[in-house]
Amino acid sequence: MNSTYVAALELAAGAVLVSAVMTLWRRSVRSIVSMLSLQGMALSAVAIVLALHEHERALFVTGCLVFVVKGLVVPGLLRRVSRLDPRSRESRPLVNVPASLVFAAVLIVLSYVVSSRITSMSPSEASHLVPIGVATVLVGYFMLVTRRRAVSKIVGLILVDNGIALVTFLLTSGVPLIVELGSSLDVLLVVVVLQFLMVSMRRHSDTDQLTEMKALRD
Amino acid sequence: MSATITTSLYGVAATLIQIVAVGLGGPLLVGLMAKVKARAEGRVGAPIVQPLRDLRKLLSKERLHARHSSVVLPLAPMIILAATAVAVAISPLVSTHPFLGSSADILVVVYLLLTGTVAAALAGLDAGTAFGGMGSSRVMTIGALAEPALLVAVIALSIQSGTSNLPSMMSSTIAHPDWVFGPSRLLALGALLIVVIAETGRIPVDNPATHLELTMVHEAMILEYAGPELALFSLGEAMRLGLLFSLVANLFFPWGIATSDSVLALAVGVILLMAKAALVALGVALIEVRSAKLRLFRLPELLAGGFVLSVLAVVTGLVTK
Repeated sequence: MNSTYVAALELAAGAVLVSAVMTLWRRSVRSIVSMLSLQGMALSAVAIVLALHEHERALFVTGCLVFVVKGLVVPGLLRRVSRLDPRSRESRPLVNVPASLVFAAVLIVLSYVVSSRITSMSPSEASHLVPIGVATVLVGYFMLVTRRRAVSKIVGLILVDNGIALVTFLLTSGVPLIVELGSSLDVLLVVVVLQFLMVSMRRHSDTDQLTEMKALRD
Repeated sequence: MSATITTSLYGVAATLIQIVAVGLGGPLLVGLMAKVKARAEGRVGAPIVQPLRDLRKLLSKERLHARHSSVVLPLAPMIILAATAVAVAISPLVSTHPFLGSSADILVVVYLLLTGTVAAALAGLDAGTAFGGMGSSRVMTIGALAEPALLVAVIALSIQSGTSNLPSMMSSTIAHPDWVFGPSRLLALGALLIVVIAETGRIPVDNPATHLELTMVHEAMILEYAGPELALFSLGEAMRLGLLFSLVANLFFPWGIATSDSVLALAVGVILLMAKAALVALGVALIEVRSAKLRLFRLPELLAGGFVLSVLAVVTGLVTK
């Protein structure tokens, strides 16, 4: 029983990090968004496994909520945006793909080194996996900084949020339901606002490459 | 005393069986993959034994050397074949304790295979033609990019077992079946699959079926070869493919390999090894059918991806240990 719990938790947390790296790896916006959806589902799996193990009903509800919001709704919205642009590819990131993958490897090792202090404070099966959450946050920031397209930047932002959520689940077995509800709706709202912003950006300047927006228009 | 003699006799038998099985099985795997691809594309395709027939045909031809070639040209195929055969002999494929199995460190096997790659690259350069040089340069580039991913994946695998000796790695995996589905193993498997596809020159990396000068890698190196030397070269490459596929299959699913000294166990080991390697070949062939060859300049992306997967495997291995 305990070993299957640990194995399931490790597998789900590992899937969160792998999908974060895959978003750096893939170029087409469509597959980046489906990786994001996979990550949301893996994150909800982490919450549900923890909830089943510790018999916490609130955490179970949170897990289901995460599944719906981060696994289905947010990627669905992003998919609708990317459908507006048939040539939706991350063509020229500031750091090219091989270099950013190597950099991601460095970030992962770094997060393992820095979070050993946190894990040593409350050693348990779950808190051992905290480096995975920290690495997801760092990869998300990296994506936010180095990608040019608005969709990729939103994806980076959601990666950061997912990483933070993963660390919370692992360390504290989740924050109270109302806080989680608030933060999930927050992300949803951010995505909706950014979606409107992107559609109007495209209408005005025919691109969503943020670096090309240098001059103000009337 | 007699018990140790029996053990080493079975070890020698296992080693001989392995060399014969991979020597025949490697070309058969190549044929199987060609057949699967042909069927998936709606063609009938050549029979699975075609590579063996090709080898027999090539061996009966006369030896021809390019005019400006040196001693490297006839020597290289022998080095490739010999290095691969030694790697096959010491690796635990049919039994967990082949003769000399104690020296079957995974790094030794990796660098024996690399010796073959270097010999092949020198052979490509030897005749002094433009294509050969291009092929060698590309092979070494791919090799240099695949090497870090391979070594880090190997480290990930040996963290769990606490050893880099292949037979002990397999025995400890048999003793701990829950390791196989751990995230570290799965990530290392992903990384190793990418490396194996790169090292054997299959489709996303190299297309063994074309002679297009812009894309060919392996075919460019062997353009100057003919007759028996081409046969040795191809046999070495096929054995290397067979060895890599069997090692991947055995590292991630070691059950069926002979752990005890009996004729029955060895027989079961051979049959299951064939089945497992054929399954890996089937998977690789299906990947080949579904994907297009990558541009040479996109290859670093694929192999860097493999490298990150193996780093992930190491970190999750350390985290979950």
